[in-house]
Amino acid sequence: MDYDTLATFSRSWGTVYLMLVFFALCAYALWPRNRDKFDRASRMPLDEDDR
Amino acid sequence: MFNHGTLERHSLLLVAGILIVVAIGGIVEIAPLFYLESTIEKVQGMRPYTPLELAGRKIYMREGCYLCHSQMVRPLRDEVERYGHYSLAAESIYDHPFQWGSKRTGPDLARVGAKYSDEWHRAHLVDPRSVVPESVMPPYKFLAATPLSFDDVAGDLKANRMVGVPYSDDMVANAKADLIAQATPDDEGQDAFKKRYAKAEARDFDGDPKRITEMDALVAYLQMLGTLVDFKTYQADAPENRR
Amino acid sequence: MQPVTGPRQAQFDLFVVPAIFVIFLFLGFAVAAQTHDPLMAIQAWTFMAGIGIALAFFVKRYSEGVPADDTGAYANDIIKAGVIASMFWGIAGMLVGVVIALQLSFPHLFYFPDIPESSFGRLRPLHTSAVIFAFGGNVLIATSFYVVQRTSKARLAGGLWPWFVFWGYQIFILVAGTGYLIGVTQSREYAEPEWYADLWLTLVWVAYLLVFLGTLWKRKEPHIYVANWFYLAFIVTIAMLHIVNNLAMPVSWLGIKSYSLFAGVQDALTQWWYGHNAVGFFLTAGFLAIMYYFIPKQAERPVYSYRLSIIHFWSLIFIYIWAGPHHLHYTALPVWAQTLGMTFSIRLWMPSWGGMINGLMTLSGAWDKLRTDPVLRMLVVSVAFYGMSTFEGPVMSIKAVNALSHYTDWTIGHVHSGALGWVGFVSFGALYCLTPWLWRRERLYSLALVEWHFWIATIGIVFYITAMWVSGIMQGLMWRAYNDFGFLEYSFVETVEAMHPYYIIRALGGLLYLSGAIIMAYNLYRTARGDVRVGEPLALKPQLAAA
Repeated sequence: MDYDTLATFSRSWGTVYLMLVFFALCAYALWPRNRDKFDRASRMPLDEDDR
Repeated sequence: MFNHGTLERHSLLLVAGILIVVAIGGIVEIAPLFYLESTIEKVQGMRPYTPLELAGRKIYMREGCYLCHSQMVRPLRDEVERYGHYSLAAESIYDHPFQWGSKRTGPDLARVGAKYSDEWHRAHLVDPRSVVPESVMPPYKFLAATPLSFDDVAGDLKANRMVGVPYSDDMVANAKADLIAQATPDDEGQDAFKKRYAKAEARDFDGDPKRITEMDALVAYLQMLGTLVDFKTYQADAPENRR
Repeated sequence: MQPVTGPRQAQFDLFVVPAIFVIFLFLGFAVAAQTHDPLMAIQAWTFMAGIGIALAFFVKRYSEGVPADDTGAYANDIIKAGVIASMFWGIAGMLVGVVIALQLSFPHLFYFPDIPESSFGRLRPLHTSAVIFAFGGNVLIATSFYVVQRTSKARLAGGLWPWFVFWGYQIFILVAGTGYLIGVTQSREYAEPEWYADLWLTLVWVAYLLVFLGTLWKRKEPHIYVANWFYLAFIVTIAMLHIVNNLAMPVSWLGIKSYSLFAGVQDALTQWWYGHNAVGFFLTAGFLAIMYYFIPKQAERPVYSYRLSIIHFWSLIFIYIWAGPHHLHYTALPVWAQTLGMTFSIRLWMPSWGGMINGLMTLSGAWDKLRTDPVLRMLVVSVAFYGMSTFEGPVMSIKAVNALSHYTDWTIGHVHSGALGWVGFVSFGALYCLTPWLWRRERLYSLALVEWHFWIATIGIVFYITAMWVSGIMQGLMWRAYNDFGFLEYSFVETVEAMHPYYIIRALGGLLYLSGAIIMAYNLYRTARGDVRVGEPLALKPQLAAA
């Protein structure tokens, strides 16, 4: 595989792949069923015994 | 619910994920630079620094000159008119490390070589405001008073050769003699030195014929900056330069 | 890696870390005795002096048995040490900054021709390293040790190893900083320390990563709080950047000098890949971790959106790493790399502002606290400055803008709006929180002094960045100005002359900012002593006292 093939491949499919990863990340973060888990996580600094 | 082993793996997974995500950008941007012809091409006239110039370059770095002076003329009309032909990638091919700089508190120095006399440089380095009253540059009086330490200059050439600068065995073996020859006009090693380093200038750069000082080295370095490629014959439009 | 915290393990640790220091003491001595390089000898003796201080600390700490802090639920003494070190290096670094600002303003007065150590070129790396790595680094190490313990509900891992990290890091700062003064530098911006200091830092950094991870492994909560993700990204990425950017060939194992592995274009991009991500991961990711812990904590409400923080995290670390080439616009770097750097720099605006909104909106419904709690205000204003400089950054990365701004003071102004406004203020806020928490004081010595600090520093920042905007844009325009005959209008030195008033204003701004930090140090000192300023209501929250 020469440089140009690699560059073309990463420019096209690389972009598509990274976009899909980003959408998957957003879906995971915004998935309604995960809401409770994240709400609990967000309270972690506040739920401490020691200041 | 609480399983220690899984959790360990999780934090390590997080580390692995971070490493992958942050590695992509660097690989895509940096790796091709080692293969593309435009960044590894050689241009006629480029040669490794002479031992004296290399010693001067060390002083340039030691004093942090790069913090206020760039060595990179951009292809913009005003810069080309002020400083000279825009800088080529090939011109810093032997620069370990590069000295392109990031700030111009003082002017660009990529093509300062041969623009001023040695005498001007000496006066300017000793007391910048004696020749440029508005200057904010620090004085480097001590350079003229400090003898250059060059017993190990061959070691510098060797280390540069290990990272890819094409110093020949001959150059390494005669490094010290070449350094003395370049700073001493009537030295008998003159011819051999000039044969090893094309277009190298040999003279008493610090105006003190009795000894070789740090001023000799720094001025020798400044006076060669940007002078190696002959832009009278370099054609930016030539096919080999348009890659 | 089951953490062992039995007494035998503790005693073993007590022995191991000082023993490692002693081994390096001998190594330093061997180098000092063998080297022909006078600068290397000075560096070796400095290194040994640093180790000596660390060993003296251990002797004092353990001369009367194991202190209670070593067996408590959380390790606090190390964070106290971090707070003190941060304040010390912060003031030292800012002081050097004021000195070099004065040198550029009044070269006749502040340059000393016979003292090479005092010249701008040697002091400038001292300033940048002191404020970024010594001040910022100590704040990051201290807060990360605090946050990872609290959010993991576990004691710091590794027995005495956190102290190895702390002292090892101070020794690195000492060797690097004194090195600059005597002329030891790789001449790579923000990576100036030479090869042996780099190796030492690598060792310290690996220990840091393991202490941090080890604490996470002991955690009692299954979830890893988002602040720790940012700390991890900071630690891991800085390790990667540090190692790659500092690849070099030493001339001799007993000499200071090394030559970088790469040259020219490749070296330039490697350096700015490092340089920009020192901003992205040291000065941003690490301090965002502070934002994600200290703002919710001080505001007593959870972060605005935890889900946004997840998207924020991954987008930020992915995009940041690409932005380096915008430092090399119009240079000999291939155009495609410049364009890529510019594109990602503009995209960086999105996650940056996502994070800013997340920090600011944490206050939603409790904005009144900004009026009554100056510490919280400092934290929140830092996030506002973060938003401002992460807006300015993408603008400056656009090639047409960069053609004007590059090489001028505009860059310096931009850096300082981030450094003074964001990094400085968020660090001050965290230190103001930590001091009463760690020394078990009910409140700070004086909130009025925090108010003074806040306003003096804010005015200082405004002076600083407006002066640099004006001087930078003016100089950029003067460089490219043509007269009616088609010739360049100004010689270079005429543009330098025009900077003069702005350099004075900048120095004044820096002086104000430094004064604020000195007020802070005094306030923290009195707080640690347990004093409360006469006349101020003795209540944790001033609004409660007023009610």
